Amino acid sequence: MATLTINGQEREIDAPGDMWLLWALRDLEGLTGTKYGCGAGLCGACTVHIDGTAVRSCITTLDDVAGRAVTTIEGLSPDGEHPLQVAWREMNVPQCGFCQVGQIMQAASLLAENPKPSDAEILDAMSGNICRCGCYQRITAAVRSAATGA
Amino acid sequence: MLSYLAQAQDTHAHSRRATEQAPGLTIAKVSRRGFLGTGAAVFALAAFARPSNAFERYPVGGEEMPHGIVTDPLVFVSIDPDGTVTIVAHRSEMGTGSRTSLPMVLADEMGADWSRVKIVQAEGDEPKYGNQDTDGSRSMRHHIQSMRQMGASVRHMLSVAAAEHWDLDTSDVVRIEQWAAPDQAVETELVEVLEHEVRNLATGETIGFGDLAELAMRAPVPAFEELRFRDEGQFRYIGKGNVSIYDLRDITTGTAIYGGDVMLPGMKVAAIARPPVVGGRPVRFDATAARAIPGVERVLGLPGSTMPAKFAPLGGVAVIATNTDAAIKGRDALEIEWEAGPHGSYNSEAFTAEMRETAKKPGQVLRDEGDIDGAFASAAKTFARDYTQAHMAHAMMEPPVAVASVADGRAEIWAPVQSPYGTRQDIAEALGMAVEDVEVHVTLLGGGFGRKSKCDYAIEAALLSQKTGTPVKVQWTREDDIRHSFYHTTSVERIEVALDDAGKVTGWRHNSVAPSIAATFGPDSGHQFFIENGMGHVDMPFEIANVRCENGEAMAHTRIGWFRSVSNVPRAWAVQSFAAELAHELGRDEREMLLELIGSDRTLDPKAQGFPEDFWNYGEVYEEYPIDTARLKHVLNVAADAAGWGSELPEGEGIGLAVHRSFVTYVATAARVKIVDGRIRVPEVHMAVDCGFAANPERIRSQMEGAAVMGMTLALHSGITFEDGAVVQSNFNDYEMVRSTNYPENVVTHIVEHPFSVHAAGVGEPGVPPIAPAIANAVFNATGKRLRDLPFGETLEG
Repeated sequence: MATLTINGQEREIDAPGDMWLLWALRDLEGLTGTKYGCGAGLCGACTVHIDGTAVRSCITTLDDVAGRAVTTIEGLSPDGEHPLQVAWREMNVPQCGFCQVGQIMQAASLLAENPKPSDAEILDAMSGNICRCGCYQRITAAVRSAATGA
Repeated sequence: MLSYLAQAQDTHAHSRRATEQAPGLTIAKVSRRGFLGTGAAVFALAAFARPSNAFERYPVGGEEMPHGIVTDPLVFVSIDPDGTVTIVAHRSEMGTGSRTSLPMVLADEMGADWSRVKIVQAEGDEPKYGNQDTDGSRSMRHHIQSMRQMGASVRHMLSVAAAEHWDLDTSDVVRIEQWAAPDQAVETELVEVLEHEVRNLATGETIGFGDLAELAMRAPVPAFEELRFRDEGQFRYIGKGNVSIYDLRDITTGTAIYGGDVMLPGMKVAAIARPPVVGGRPVRFDATAARAIPGVERVLGLPGSTMPAKFAPLGGVAVIATNTDAAIKGRDALEIEWEAGPHGSYNSEAFTAEMRETAKKPGQVLRDEGDIDGAFASAAKTFARDYTQAHMAHAMMEPPVAVASVADGRAEIWAPVQSPYGTRQDIAEALGMAVEDVEVHVTLLGGGFGRKSKCDYAIEAALLSQKTGTPVKVQWTREDDIRHSFYHTTSVERIEVALDDAGKVTGWRHNSVAPSIAATFGPDSGHQFFIENGMGHVDMPFEIANVRCENGEAMAHTRIGWFRSVSNVPRAWAVQSFAAELAHELGRDEREMLLELIGSDRTLDPKAQGFPEDFWNYGEVYEEYPIDTARLKHVLNVAADAAGWGSELPEGEGIGLAVHRSFVTYVATAARVKIVDGRIRVPEVHMAVDCGFAANPERIRSQMEGAAVMGMTLALHSGITFEDGAVVQSNFNDYEMVRSTNYPENVVTHIVEHPFSVHAAGVGEPGVPPIAPAIANAVFNATGKRLRDLPFGETLEG
């Protein structure tokens, strides 16, 4: 049994403490916006925020997050209008779209810490998130746009 | 769901009234002056096909594919009373945008306001929707005409409905004899279809599509010849690039549904330990530790298969649990002793060495033009090079996953599959059920690239659900995906030319050696088959008098499947690298050399040029999509000029060129490479693409940008290797992808503009093949180091 906050709500999850947060969110909480891509912290598809910072939920256990606040894409913005989500749409970023939630969550963490990142800082912060369709050019532009409004 | 669909279909058969009895349909009339002479009175009810508002229908390969192309608007379109227009997307969406672009074509032609269009995904049902096999860069190529036809049909039906609604007097609308020349016609339109409404031209009144829905859906479906098509100048969406993908918002909010997002009541999750070597089997396994994992409920053996077994699962041991976490942990806790089977001695290094030797010997002759032996016998000089490629796995971000519920004699499947009807057929066979008792729902695909054309994972889910009696999701891990794919083939391509005293190429011999996809489907002949041969090998476009294309033997020891662009990847790699090497050898400018090799402006004549009888032009009638050297040269020049070919570059930088026609689309790449601390960086890539009429330029650009990234990944990183029959790599740590720290940062796409009369072609695959040779050619120009083996790594050694 783990007690944690998910998207602002306190939740008790009846599951082993070594369960990966990713599967607890998806299978037990029905929060399927967070994706499985590698199970090893290598691709970033499963990125969520823990106390505001981006982490890979596929290598984070329920024990790791006991008593902490988890934010998933479902809780990033109540109306889906986070500046990054808006920028993503304006730039027509996605192709297949599967990795984009992780990309947005990673970028949101970056902008929360560093509201005006340089291009180098954007590229560095996003380097753990793979997009096999190859949308990097637009991802970078969207993060830049959300940060600068340009 | 499709409120008027069922109703419309019921009445459809009865509503096809004879043309001359159809009231009010005609929106044009002809001056009596037009009726001169006495022709046979074949009636075409007023729908005048003037050159400006029609298109010449042309044949496409889709008509010859299973279940062909369906053009019945009542199957694809319905209109709700509130005006919502629902359009069926019958192709799978894996990132190319076809789920948006095809309905967009239909919506534009019918006059629908895109913001009031709803898209529903077709279930796997080819008898109803026509061919749904989403691969081969075919969706736009095969369906742009049918989408326009259905859009024009609905617009026509809405016009009829409006005329009926206003009870217009259509008696003075004269039927037009076929012999009346269009320019003698004076059109007097009664109604006009505007955006999402129809206007009465006499009164100026308007009525919305929703209010006409019921009448319109009862109107007879017009024949193609009766249709008036929009003038290209009237397009609002087609060719504009102003429509975002339909699922854009859902993707950004995490509500888009992919395969793994399907959750059914009582559903169990399975993870499967599959034999490391294809054709292997578990001889002994201990599930004690697996069963001790909380949530693990059952451990089941699955029947295996070996090649050729099409898409049959590999077999192995399945762990079934209440959740995915437990299933994977249980699977990982299995102790299994495997028997390798017949392919346990497959080793990549030795195999490539063998293929190199094979490539040096004569192979099966596929194309023979002129006198190749004479050309080499009389050559002043010969020049030969070998180019290799390792196997690749698709590694789409969403690993294979499928959900199945088999109960009460029926099977229902939810899966990200490229061929939903093929999946349905294969599952019916695997379960011993009739196709009618199997339903396949297509979710969004988190990438496909050819892997999800093979439905083994959906068959696994169906078998396990049938066995357990509960709904089952089969989740592949990334390791499963990398180690149990249907791999892109591995190859050696050897090219040798004969040169005369003046340095002119007089003979071209290309031996392609690679295990074939055909070995996945039937007994392995050791030779590639006509589809592979047609991908950049026998269709080599250079103007050389003596050409021989050969195929040396190579047996398959793993499941070979198609990967985005398929055999075009190794062929473009070889031919375009070789052209640059030859230029260097002869002291020539690379662009000039390539242009000279391509030669005069012409369309190739396959018969005269010794192409094989079974030459495969991507399934298209050759005359409709010929190999046009002017188009090939044009894209090369566009890309080269845009990249500043010929300009002075700083030390450690270079531009590389490559041009290749694949899937009847022409793409040239000019890649700019910069070597930073020994690492290959690709700051700028120019992609010039000629895909005929460009239906959705925005998605064409996104495909070219993505192709540059995938092309760079395969150039630098993508090598699947085998040791003792098993794949060495496992995840993104050792099967790497290009990331934001080193990717083609500025991809500029140049789209060659054409009118609709230049047949639209696809762009899902053609962007990939020229990237690797362009990067390698640029590396050579930057450093003098020639790369001939894919993948060549990120860091230059030595």
